Amino acid sequence: METTEAKNIIRVLIAKVGLDGHDRGVKIVARCLRDAGMDVIYTGLHRTPEEVVHAAVQEDVDVLGVSILSGAHMTIFPKIIELLRQNQADDIILVGGGVIPDDDVAELRKLGVAEILLQDTPPQTVADTIRDLVTQRAPR
Amino acid sequence: MIEPKRAQPAMALDDLERQIADWEQNELADFLARQKERKAQFRTIGDFDVKRVYTALDAAETPLEDIGLPGQYPFTRGPYPTMYRGRPWTMRQIAGFGLGADTNKRFKYLLSQGQTGLSTDFDMPTLMGYDSDNPRSLGEVGREGVAVDTLEDMEALYEGIDLEQISVSMTINPTAWILLAMYAALGQRRGRDLNKMSGTIQADILKEYMAQKEWIYPVRPSVRLVRDCITYCTRDMKRFNPINISGYHISEAGASPLQEVAFTLANAVAYIEDVIATGMDVDEFAPRLAFYFVSQADFFEEIAKFRAARRVYAKLMKHRFGARKAESMRLRFHCQTAAATLTKPQFKVNIIRTTLQALAAVLGGAQSLHTNGMDEAFAIPTEEAMKLALRTQQVIADETNVTNVIDPLGGSYFLENLTTRFEKEIFRILDQVDELGGAIKLIEDGWFQAQIAETAYETALRKASGEKPVIGVNKYVEEEMPAIELHPHDESTERRQIENLQRIRRDRDNTRVQALLQRLRDVARDDSKNVMPLTIELVKAQATMGDIVEALRDIWGTYQERPVF
Repeated sequence: METTEAKNIIRVLIAKVGLDGHDRGVKIVARCLRDAGMDVIYTGLHRTPEEVVHAAVQEDVDVLGVSILSGAHMTIFPKIIELLRQNQADDIILVGGGVIPDDDVAELRKLGVAEILLQDTPPQTVADTIRDLVTQRAPR
Repeated sequence: MIEPKRAQPAMALDDLERQIADWEQNELADFLARQKERKAQFRTIGDFDVKRVYTALDAAETPLEDIGLPGQYPFTRGPYPTMYRGRPWTMRQIAGFGLGADTNKRFKYLLSQGQTGLSTDFDMPTLMGYDSDNPRSLGEVGREGVAVDTLEDMEALYEGIDLEQISVSMTINPTAWILLAMYAALGQRRGRDLNKMSGTIQADILKEYMAQKEWIYPVRPSVRLVRDCITYCTRDMKRFNPINISGYHISEAGASPLQEVAFTLANAVAYIEDVIATGMDVDEFAPRLAFYFVSQADFFEEIAKFRAARRVYAKLMKHRFGARKAESMRLRFHCQTAAATLTKPQFKVNIIRTTLQALAAVLGGAQSLHTNGMDEAFAIPTEEAMKLALRTQQVIADETNVTNVIDPLGGSYFLENLTTRFEKEIFRILDQVDELGGAIKLIEDGWFQAQIAETAYETALRKASGEKPVIGVNKYVEEEMPAIELHPHDESTERRQIENLQRIRRDRDNTRVQALLQRLRDVARDDSKNVMPLTIELVKAQATMGDIVEALRDIWGTYQERPVF
């Protein structure tokens, strides 16, 4: 593959953080982003914030997608945001998914989560949202 | 009233064949010429194609002995001869949040509202074997289930509940043997007869690797722990169900109804083979094997699924495992309505979805039932939502009279045909699993996982395209989201639980705990031994769940999944 082309391919790390094992949604997201031509890495289950941020930095991704369905999102997302800052990696776009109450969605956006994709988001919308977020971001 | 005269003898099946051909050429063809049907092909949610109408010709493909009578082999029509005429199914709403005492209050509320059994949900750290003060537990303590670290938590959880009168179900898997040990220890402490305590632990680790994804150790030592629970209960807790072989989570992870039942029975085969390998006779332990299925949205498909599951299991037990007792061949199951069908938009519609799914479970002959709360697409349910869900069951049981006749849909041309097609397909998948090396090997290969992910993806595409209608989501959509009151999370939970835990660790005889843990490692290394007796001693000595889990992690290690998508 030409390097110029490779540069345009969006790289996404999809992660499950925390102890919950609900991976139906995250796998659908991973697959639809891959089908949309993105470069997708999936971490598997039960990852810690440290592991995920480390992987995102190592893999030099554009987007970090984190799925949580255990209710621990208000503990885990702030920790990931903090770790991204510490690693000078806060240009990585952070996207969340899972069962997250509306009030928490608003709070998470304020904290710096770029977008929250809730259950039943159509696959095409997921892909479009990620592409738009990367396009809107200032060039790195 | 004039009775019609019978002009000729009863119609034979080949007359019926002619009649159908005639009907297709005349009435049907005329009608279709004027107005086409809604779709070129009609299918169940699980992708069985269904015909326009079924007749005695379709039912004739099923031998009468395969339909049979309730309480009799092959149990298609139900595991018991009187079913709900004797007593209705057990109404078993699941509950779990906060500390033991918090969930205990919810239990007592549900019992006061007419619930007839208890079911317990544990928080993620308890499910995964981490103590509440482990860094991995941060933010998860008591959040989507109750936190249990020690026997003291178990005592608070079932305080004031008579363990010989009320059956208690525990949704617990990788750490099931520890919770079973705590339950036994609690019974002994209260002077109860362990052989009179009834209840269930889920302890179905194979479906965890397939679908729910809670695990600690690699597959084979984990199956050994399940085996130890089964053999222990068979000898020492005779009324307790040591396993609840579950399709529910396989379905929620995305599988079709057919995959749900076939994969669950493939797991059952693996467990049964493992217990038989210890030298235990199948008729000794099989009567206490229990099952757990979802009741999904496709009404008739679900009823056919339950009936087929019973028939296939009976045949498996009889022919493959040589069971002789009827109790070993009858499949009993708990049922839960499908959480994955619940929606956030227009959430009150969830009550109607749940009602129809509950009715399918009842017409399919479930032994116990949990109906989901209308708010479960948002969070764990409120007391009000749980009460309405329980009332749904009570209306079905007390007001509709569907409980008066056993298997009232038995003999339906369509249903008998679909039941038999399910049966054939389940056996086809079971044969395939055998040919490829059995359930345990295929789990390690990710074979089931890949198929479940594939079906889940197809379902997502069908929802997105509108081919699979979901009211409020892709049809009759409303812009405005109605307000909803959710179950509040008490922010002091984590701190209170950790304080209790650390006090117990400080006050106990640590030397004794360490010595017992060392003995547990020795027992675990010897595959011919059972870990249960020593685990009971450990929880009585106030060892924490984390202590016990980590001791065995030292020798067995941690399971690593190769994720597929």
